[in-house]
Amino acid sequence: MANLLELKNVSKVYQRGLISTQATVALRDFSLTLNEDEPTILTVAGESGSGKTTLAMLLLGFISPTMGEIIYRGKNISRLGGRERLTYRREVQAVFQDPFAVFNPFYTVDHLLSVPIKRFRLAKSKTEARDKMEEALRAVGLRPEDVLGRFPHQLSGGQRQRINVARALLLKPRLLIADEPVSMVDASLRATILETLRNLQRDHGVSIIYITHDLTTAFHISKSIVVLYRGSVMEAGDVDRVIKNPQHPYTQLLVDSIPWPNLEQRWGAQPIKVREAVAGSEGCPFIGRCPHAMDICKTRPPLFEIEPHHTAACFLYDKRPQLAPEKLSEVLPV
Amino acid sequence: MSATVAVGPASTRTAVPAAMVATATPVLRVEHLEVTYYTDAGRAKALDDVSFTLAAGQKMGMVGESGSGKSTMALAMMRMIKPPGRIEGGRVHVGDTELMGLDDEGMRKARLNKIAYIPQGAMNSLNPVIRIGAQMADALKDHTRGQSKSAIQDRCAAALRSVDLDPGVARMYAHELSGGMKQRVCIAIGILLRPEVIIADEPTSALDVVTQRQVMETIDRVQDEINAAVILIGHDMGLMAQFVDRVAVMYAGRLVEVATVREMFTDPKHPYSRALIASLPNLENKGVFQGIPGLAPSLLRLPTGCAFHPRCPYGQGELQRTTRPEEVTLPGGRKVTCHLYDAEGVKNG
Amino acid sequence: MTTVAFPTAESEDIVRQPSQAVLLLRYLRRNKILAIGLAVLLLLVLFTVVGFLVINPRDAYPLSVPTKKPPSWQYPLGTDFFGRNMLAAMTVGMWQTAVIGILAGALGTFIGVVLGFVAAYFGKGLDNTIRTICQILTPIPVLLIQVVIASSLDKRDVTIFTMAFIVVMLAWMWPTLVIRSQVLTMKERQFVSVAKLSGVSDFGIIFKEILPNLLPFIAAAFVGQVFSAVFASFYLAVLGLGPLREPLLGNIIWAAQSQGAFFNGWWWWPIEPAVAMILILGSLAFIIMGLDELANPRVRKSE
Repeated sequence: MANLLELKNVSKVYQRGLISTQATVALRDFSLTLNEDEPTILTVAGESGSGKTTLAMLLLGFISPTMGEIIYRGKNISRLGGRERLTYRREVQAVFQDPFAVFNPFYTVDHLLSVPIKRFRLAKSKTEARDKMEEALRAVGLRPEDVLGRFPHQLSGGQRQRINVARALLLKPRLLIADEPVSMVDASLRATILETLRNLQRDHGVSIIYITHDLTTAFHISKSIVVLYRGSVMEAGDVDRVIKNPQHPYTQLLVDSIPWPNLEQRWGAQPIKVREAVAGSEGCPFIGRCPHAMDICKTRPPLFEIEPHHTAACFLYDKRPQLAPEKLSEVLPV
Repeated sequence: MSATVAVGPASTRTAVPAAMVATATPVLRVEHLEVTYYTDAGRAKALDDVSFTLAAGQKMGMVGESGSGKSTMALAMMRMIKPPGRIEGGRVHVGDTELMGLDDEGMRKARLNKIAYIPQGAMNSLNPVIRIGAQMADALKDHTRGQSKSAIQDRCAAALRSVDLDPGVARMYAHELSGGMKQRVCIAIGILLRPEVIIADEPTSALDVVTQRQVMETIDRVQDEINAAVILIGHDMGLMAQFVDRVAVMYAGRLVEVATVREMFTDPKHPYSRALIASLPNLENKGVFQGIPGLAPSLLRLPTGCAFHPRCPYGQGELQRTTRPEEVTLPGGRKVTCHLYDAEGVKNG
Repeated sequence: MTTVAFPTAESEDIVRQPSQAVLLLRYLRRNKILAIGLAVLLLLVLFTVVGFLVINPRDAYPLSVPTKKPPSWQYPLGTDFFGRNMLAAMTVGMWQTAVIGILAGALGTFIGVVLGFVAAYFGKGLDNTIRTICQILTPIPVLLIQVVIASSLDKRDVTIFTMAFIVVMLAWMWPTLVIRSQVLTMKERQFVSVAKLSGVSDFGIIFKEILPNLLPFIAAAFVGQVFSAVFASFYLAVLGLGPLREPLLGNIIWAAQSQGAFFNGWWWWPIEPAVAMILILGSLAFIIMGLDELANPRVRKSE
């Protein structure tokens, strides 16, 4: 079984300042493996500053890791040459959050779809290209004649985001990074877009890394989840287990704050603790906000196995067996 | 409620005790509001005969898709509609004051004083080069002629404390604050003069789930303190369930249903509301996706008759295609605008 | 502001935007400054074109017609001390001013675009070099340098082309810096990232993705350069540093001045080129202001 994607102890550190350097660790010692034969949907959840965007940028090759390696189908992506690089580009795609920002305002929306068709030679003629574009648009519930030839500002946010997803359908990548694909879209349209993404995985074998802070949609679309906080993994495992039975105090806070559209399920059972101590770079990053903080939390907690397919990095569970960061993927079901 | 158009500090107004809320006259009455946009491509009726009331201390959520008119509603109430849009008719009563009848000067004084608006993306509109305190004082400019600097500062400090921020924040710049803190600053600006009505337009759309909860709890607390009526505009039904007392649903510029939050979630009447509720994900129905078919109509070319009929499971009749439905009040007080209902309840099964 | 979404599958009407020409005219009605600028410029162009049809260009040079005649039916703009038909002189002079302006403008803009893009897109060393050069050259007093250079040239070498060149030499820094800052902003935008994901090469991104969005700025920079060029050639000529034989508007004024035209009652001689220059510079200035409103949506009064 070949590996589609392997992240080996990847860290990304930003240095600020020329004289007194201040290091921000955007992502710390992150390892992950995705299998080529088992396309899956993995959620990477976290707030802003958690490292999820950094992870997306690393996977897409826009920034390079400070430490560790990112291996795509056996090759380190920072060392890809010409043709291999084009293949990598073709097979790893993204759907971004802002439906408007991805369009070049100078061109019609066709441009978003026609450019990759041309660059990746997905069609042999103009008619074939047009056919493929129309097919993709219909698959996301749009009528091509309503949309092609228009400028981005002439369409609604929902239509634009659907076109984004159509682009992903068109390219049929092997790996799709979906960075908050529905957060700027009306709630009524979210279901449709999420369903399209799920179909991509189920029917076309695309592995999706779904990046979000919205645990509700994560629960519905993915099989496994990794919860990040300030660059480190807090909890990970089967999405059912993690969300229905969160073990890490941070995940518990997240799940407790979900605005369930259900009058019986009220949020706010756990009060939000305002950050007190600033977390040192060595200890658990959540120490400042954790209601259960102990002395030992000043050292970095490793991952502990709570149950099969469920792990948390918290000293509350230090009686359980430890899990090395490189083995994170074993906890994630497909 | 004492309410002339107040010039000067509003601190003389005291909070209405909660016991009076149920019997108080509504603090906000919107009657037959109409807004039209005259664009190059034609006329778009952004608000079509919108009416509703709200009592002091009540929270109402306004939901609808983009383009349904919810933000236009807020702008119209604040008389902030810019050309090519025009308010064509209707009245907005806040307490004893009717806003549409005020002149420019009067309206300027009414803003922030009687009715405050926290626009979408407010936290990104904070001036990056002026300190927070200066911006807050700036917002008070039209209302504090003749007041001493320390009086203004005290008012700002009190507002910051109300939103759970340290008054020292007034000395900071916008970029030094986190998203949640910036949004709370915007709420603080909104409550500086203890208005009677607060309109918050998607106050938490860019915030993560924990900060969102913090901000909503802040709005809740602040509202209790000054007993204002709050309109929360958004499209996240989950947020509505957790926060508001009543829900108003907008579609293509019209109010199609107004009900209490419990009624809306247990027994939505209008087919659009039903579809909205059905599409909500929850812990039980994992993997089930139920979107709403079709697309929201263009306001420039609305469908004939009932604007929702092309997407409605009951929309194929002659009546739905030709006649505009009128608002009916169902037993129990809730309002629906749909051919399925008349004043006694369900008409056509 | 409502978002105009699109109709459902059942409705047959598609919202049609009115044609581009109609939109342009409607826009001009709102942006009156741009409209006025363009209108005056158009009139001046018309004047030149018509002028060339009625006069003999040779009459723009000395000793062609009777001297010092005031405006009359035969000589609508009069004649000057040296025997030039003023109508011919004005026509040829306007044409030459246009040539200098457009030549210098285009050259300055071209340099600005190339250097600005290179600096912003490729960054680091290249960016630092270009930016530092611009920043060093900017405070240099342009007028002084131009005067020094122009006056040190042999009178016979001064042609309208050398004028254009002198003018450009110290004018290219501003468009470079403006274009650079625009490209810096633009390359962070998400549609550039998406283009990269779509396999577009660096040059593809520069020419196909970023450049088209900068056309308003480039147009504004161009008009700005034309303005500076025309103005510079004018004042250099007024100082007597222009190609004296040519009927450049500034030259005419210089010549009129040197012959004491006002005192001698030949009022038409300096007035006509002065009015023409005011109209040219004024219309260009209005166009710049109008384009500013176009390129900067926040300044737009409508919407």
